[in-house]
Parts: sequence; C-alpha cells; structure tokens
Amino acid sequence: MKCYFDHVATNPLHPDVLEAMMPYFKEEFGNPLSIYELGTKARDAIERARASVAGLINAKPSTIVFTASGAESNNFALRGIAIARQAHGKHIMVSKVEHHSILNAARFLEKSGFVVTYLPVDKYGTVDPDTVRSSITKETTLISITHASSEIGTIEPIKEIAAIAKEHNIAFHADGVATVGNIPVDVNDLGVDALSMAAHQFYGPKGAAALYIKEGLRIVPLIYGGIQEGGRRAGTENVPAIVGMGKAAEIAQSEMSRRIDHVRTLRDRVIEALLRVPNVYLTGHPEKRLPHHASFVVEFIEGEAMLLMLAMKGIYAASGSACSSKALKSSPVLLSIGTPTALAQGSIVFTFGEQNNNEQIEYLLQEFPTIVSRLREMSPFSKGWQ
Amino acid sequence: MQLKFVNNVKADITADIVYMMCPMHLLKLDEMIKKMDKGQILEILTDYDGALEDIPAWCQKTGNEFIGIDEDEDYYKFYVRKLN
Repeated sequence: MKCYFDHVATNPLHPDVLEAMMPYFKEEFGNPLSIYELGTKARDAIERARASVAGLINAKPSTIVFTASGAESNNFALRGIAIARQAHGKHIMVSKVEHHSILNAARFLEKSGFVVTYLPVDKYGTVDPDTVRSSITKETTLISITHASSEIGTIEPIKEIAAIAKEHNIAFHADGVATVGNIPVDVNDLGVDALSMAAHQFYGPKGAAALYIKEGLRIVPLIYGGIQEGGRRAGTENVPAIVGMGKAAEIAQSEMSRRIDHVRTLRDRVIEALLRVPNVYLTGHPEKRLPHHASFVVEFIEGEAMLLMLAMKGIYAASGSACSSKALKSSPVLLSIGTPTALAQGSIVFTFGEQNNNEQIEYLLQEFPTIVSRLREMSPFSKGWQ
Repeated sequence: MQLKFVNNVKADITADIVYMMCPMHLLKLDEMIKKMDKGQILEILTDYDGALEDIPAWCQKTGNEFIGIDEDEDYYKFYVRKLN
C-alpha cells in the first residue's frame, strides 16, 4: 500500500486543474504581452486566474501579484516592504517559527543595516500578541508572522497581531503558504497588509504562487526588467501554472469545508492513536492547528530513521522542515518551542489530503508502533530508557 | 521642455508607482488618463528620474497639459490635466 502523508511538502495536482492548464502548454502558448490574439488570450487567462485567487482570500484582483513560489513571495514581501519603508525606520520583527524564506531574508536585511527582532513563542509555537506590542520601537516598520507553521501546525493569532501593527502604523505581512486554500483566509477580516500563498499547497501546480499586497502599500520589486505584474515582478509569466493556480483556487473555495471535515477526521484519529504509543508527544497546539496536520516527537529515536522505515512500508511522511531534514540538524522551530535537542531529532510530521482514507490510516497505525519499537531496540538509549 | 514646479495642486486621482521602474510611469499615465474625464487632474507619485523628461514629453505628444511637479522627500509628484 502507498500512503502519501506529506501534504505540506506538496499536493498532487487536481485533475481539473491539469485539464485547465493543458491548452496553455499547447495551442494557447502566446506571450501575454503580445498584442495579437494569442497574446490577449493568454493575458485574459491570467486576469481570470487573478480574480479567482483574489476571490479565495476576499481581495481585489489588482492586489494579487503572481510569483513562482511561496519562498519568492516571502522574500519579496520581507525585503520589498522593509526597503520601501526604510526612510521611516529600520526595525522589523519576525517570529522564531518562520519558514527559512522569512528567517533568511530577515538575516539578509540584518546584514544590510536593519535591526531584526526574532519574537519568541510559547510551548505550542504561538506568538504572544503582548510580546509583539512590547517589542515595537519607534523604528519598527514591518512585522511578519506565519499564519500557520507547516512544521508544527499551530495557527497564529494573526488578527490580533495585525490589529496591533495597524495601531502603530506598521506594515504587517503573514506567510499564508500553509493556510491559503486549506482553511478560510479573508485578508480583510485578518487585517493583513500582505500575504504569501502557493498553489501547490491546494492541489495547484508548482511554479505558481502569489503575494497579496494591499492597495497603497509600497513595495520594492524583487525582480526588475519588465512590466509584468504592474512592474512589481518582471519576467514572462508562467501562464499554464498561473491558470492552474486560478482553477485550484476556485475548487479550494467551493470544496473547502468538505475537505476540512475529511482531513480533520483522519488527523484526529492519528493524533489520538499515536499519543497512546509510549513516549510520543504532540508538537504544536492541540486545538489551534491546521486541520490536516499531525506532528510529533518520538523519544529515543531519530526522525530520518523513522522516515526511511516508513518509506520502506510505502508510507511517506516528513521530519521537520525540508532543509533541517537535509542538513540533519535540529529544527529551529522545535528548539524554539522548548523541545530538548535530543528529542527534537525524533520529529515526525504527517499531513493528510483528499486522497487519504481510513484504510490508509489503519495501515499507518498498525505499522508505526512496530517501527518505533524496532528502532528503539536498536537505539543506544534503549537500555537506559527500559 | 522646461520643468514647472508647483505646490498645493488638488488632484482628482492619484497613482502611486514609487519604486516602479521604466516604463511603468508612462504605462500608468496612459492607463489612468484613459479612465479620466476631460479637465480632471492626475497626480503620479514616482521616484523614477527618467519621468522628469518623459512625462512632460508625453503630455506634449498627446496634447494633455503638464501642470508641473512637486518634490516630496523621496519622490516626485507629477500633475497632468486631461485635455484629450
């Protein structure tokens, strides 16, 4: 049996999305800037996609800038807004549970003369709005907080933090890559000034993403050289991918509540069952978490070993963020929530989707405890533990 | 064309394209003027230096009135009255 439980890494393409994209790989190949019919049809397709993506987050189409990835949207937002507002101050704030596309962009800004506050989080990975408020200085011009961590699933109090930012005339960006298309996101209700999103997180294609930029918010382009996206993001558009993102956004909007119910049921079953395995702990918030996200640390064993053994059984999961996993180092997110270094090595993340079913969950619940036992038998810690 | 400096011009509509490079100032100018009524005044905010030559020249070429510019701290404000 093959079980794909790694939907925060990426999602399979929805068949209707692929179908919508196909003409733009083939007969409708025009450059959207060309003035003849091939070009105008591609241009119209992009504008329809823009309206669909805007609809998913209750925004105006003109506020959507298409990019190529969530990481690009995050870099664009952090660098573009901080630099655009630097005449008013050079202090920005991000949380310690951000994706590396925020953390490393913040480090770049730090090297360029900005002062960055890395906001602490509690044991669930939640940013305390009062900490945000007390960290604001006269120089603060930008705050960026993830809407939800893809590593521990915790949903942050974005609305409260956005209100604090607004009170102090500070621009507020949220990384919505893990949330947009998976849970309801309304930019007006949240009060954000900018929001990142990526199509492949909601059954759209890779290579299509977007940044919502509220009307009136200035941003310095990340890529210069053309008039695409209103001069804010140069480069010939990836028309098929953008069309796919639009279609995926339409489907996500109409299917959202059913999808949430489906994955939440699977997630709750897994959390309940795996917490019965000795020395397995949930990471992230028990309730305020992504509906498709179950993340744990497993004491005395190493995440990569679990991943490999699960993969041998046809079960595909993740262990911390992709880069932490590749570098075999402890996840900064887990360390920031107070997980001891040794325990943080035993991170395992299951994220569910449309194609998962109860039979697959049964299989996981049957195989996982066995794998944990086998690895613990091999572990040098096992004697001390038993 | 000689630049005219003005202040306190009351615009009917504003387009903020600060940080956008060439040719966004001309595209935005064209886009906005098309949407406006005759006699209305457009304010364009830009930090692109090339606009100092291009916007007055565009006005001359298209028969619209270049009212003048106002310098803010880190960008220019261009004022154009739609005549055509």
